[in-house]
Amino acid sequence: MRIAVEHLTQYRFSEPQSRLVQMLRLTPSDTIDQTVLSWRIDIDCDVRLRDTVDGFGNKVTMLYAEGPIADIAIVVAGQVLTTESNGVVRGSHEPLPEGLFLRETPRTASDEALTAFARDTFGSGRDTLDRLHRWNAALAARFPGAPDLPDAGLSAAQAFAAPTPSSRDLAHIYIAGARALALPARYVSGYRQHNGGESAPHGWAEAWVDRLGWVGFDPSAGISPDESYVRVAIGLDAPGAASIAGSRLGQGREEMAVDLHVDRLGGDA
Amino acid sequence: MGTGHAFDEIWGHGGPESPRPEFAALSQWVADTPQAELHKRQQSAEATFRQLGITFAVYGDSDASERIIPFDIVPRVFLHEEWMRLSEGLVQRVEAINAFLEDVYGERRILKEGIVPPELILNNPQFRPEVAGIRPPHGIWAHICGIDLVRTGPDEFWVLEDNARTPSGVSYMLENREAMIRLCPELFRSFRVAAVDSYSDMLRETMRSVAPGARGGQPVCVVLTPGHFNSAYYEHSFLADTMGIELVEPADLIVDDDVVYMQTIAGRVRVDVIYRRIDDDFLDPLVFRPDSLLGVPGLIAAYRAGNVALINAPGNGIADDKAIYSYMPEIVKFYSGGEAKLPNVETWRCREPQALKYVLDHLDQLVVKLVDGSGGYGMLVGPTASKAEIEAFRGALIAEPHRYIAQPTLALSTVPTVTDTGLAPRHVDFRPFVLTGSDGVQVVPGGLTRVALKEGSLVVNSSQGGGTKDSFVLLPEGAPAQSQVQS
Repeated sequence: MRIAVEHLTQYRFSEPQSRLVQMLRLTPSDTIDQTVLSWRIDIDCDVRLRDTVDGFGNKVTMLYAEGPIADIAIVVAGQVLTTESNGVVRGSHEPLPEGLFLRETPRTASDEALTAFARDTFGSGRDTLDRLHRWNAALAARFPGAPDLPDAGLSAAQAFAAPTPSSRDLAHIYIAGARALALPARYVSGYRQHNGGESAPHGWAEAWVDRLGWVGFDPSAGISPDESYVRVAIGLDAPGAASIAGSRLGQGREEMAVDLHVDRLGGDA
Repeated sequence: MGTGHAFDEIWGHGGPESPRPEFAALSQWVADTPQAELHKRQQSAEATFRQLGITFAVYGDSDASERIIPFDIVPRVFLHEEWMRLSEGLVQRVEAINAFLEDVYGERRILKEGIVPPELILNNPQFRPEVAGIRPPHGIWAHICGIDLVRTGPDEFWVLEDNARTPSGVSYMLENREAMIRLCPELFRSFRVAAVDSYSDMLRETMRSVAPGARGGQPVCVVLTPGHFNSAYYEHSFLADTMGIELVEPADLIVDDDVVYMQTIAGRVRVDVIYRRIDDDFLDPLVFRPDSLLGVPGLIAAYRAGNVALINAPGNGIADDKAIYSYMPEIVKFYSGGEAKLPNVETWRCREPQALKYVLDHLDQLVVKLVDGSGGYGMLVGPTASKAEIEAFRGALIAEPHRYIAQPTLALSTVPTVTDTGLAPRHVDFRPFVLTGSDGVQVVPGGLTRVALKEGSLVVNSSQGGGTKDSFVLLPEGAPAQSQVQS
């Protein structure tokens, strides 16, 4: 599937800022099933951009801007060609071993209720892939239609107890449950093309299966990612894979607005 | 627990009447100087320390938030040959620490070959994936190491702990020496003592040697402090002063285009080397703790781009973690190809069920420590603990065995120390400082001797009533005497 992404992030400051430093994880990498055909990041003011990677192998762009800055728009536009792989991630650049993705972070902290639910759902079967699918389906059934919402900062345990967790929260719950059962799992941020329209970047989970490698699970949709998904960045949790981590020097408040279009193009390969 | 069986570094095993032959003169000096005079000099030294502000904060003590560390006037002395043997072991250990850090943040051969259990690294909060894949300028991670040693006999040294993050205490080494030169000049006439005041020069040269690339001219080096509220602020400003480099706070630094600059009245000055006395967590809010107000946004990007050297490298905590410590003999062997010249203290890893059983059965004989604790907190000294303390600790240990290691209580060496009832042996440990630059590894000829002032006590931590002594390293026979500068 040929997918076109247009992703605008706009920051407005109540008072002009004297400096901005941002770390952008907004550029997807090639895998066997994902080919980046074109990709660019445009900024609407004078900035210096530096391309690098982070410790997890994500492509990173550092943004440095001198003030006074009252607002800034970051526009990402590109096209990606994807093929169906049943959620299996093939040919990704993996600088860190899967064992790292067993560690708990504040955002993926579990509690007794969540761990007990995970233990019951996973059961004791020997087929890891089957157990991970079961976990995915169980979360999708328990929290149907989890929306893409701005980050509320909940831990996995808090989100599990909340009435309507977001897709990001659901991914954290997925990760927390898998790790509680000693299965490596991690967060993925990216895009998903679907007919309901998109309002924010999407988040899902990946878990490690011996002999297969990393396999994606999207508990907000109850499926493994198909060719309508574009992987951009991975991390131990959502903040670790954040599209934009920023720091500003200046007083006042900031407001962020996002405009996102993820479209399927004709002429599929 | 008595001190009777311990090896005294001046008196040997025999007591004041029969000192070790090499130390007869020192023993004589101690015996000849009236107690009142020793006390007077000691008080004079402490008054100076108080005036300088060499204080430290005691955690959990509301009465005295800042204290000075008591100073003992009787020095601890290393013979030249003893020091040479010790230095060889220290160099080997620090080289291994650097090789280990390069490996775990790079290829991870040591995990692939099964020398260290992978989960001990990968699941350890001290292993920072954020800096994985970075190769620091000149491939050096641990530029300044403090290796904590204890001694049990003339030639028996044991490593108690490695410090590869921001080992503190060097200002005590320097100030103690200055006090000794001022108060006991006669000692420097009878002993040929290696000077330690070259430390600032050594450190400055080490910093310059690891500057990235060749920009021409002198590299710009700075000391980065969290600020004057920090309990070690004296040391930060002292080091910047004596090295003749800027002391900066995070707000003084900015990163632009992956390059670090210091903001000065005259404009931006590019910075090449940062001796940072700020924990990893607070270095860069974009990479570590986002809620940190202290950090320098973009610093890790500049570091990853190879545009700045950070002393010591972020992520070093994995090398001095107490859980890793017990594998150090294997780690040294893996990278150096030979046996460790400086042995570890025997260590039981309570994460291993058999070790835990042994520890629980011998709590009254062992020292049990938190893997992630420091400063003598979260620690049980079995032989001096009450029954109730042992039982309370037993519960904590059973609840979370993976958080603890245990070691035998060693008969730590003693050095004669001034007490209210005259000279008496008191247990000591030792922290030498080892510098690694692009031109090699150097051991500073001296260090920080900590002394447990309470009779029989083995806890030398300053937060638990320990004091310090000057540490003399004697020059070889026939070597020209080094001038001891009194400033």
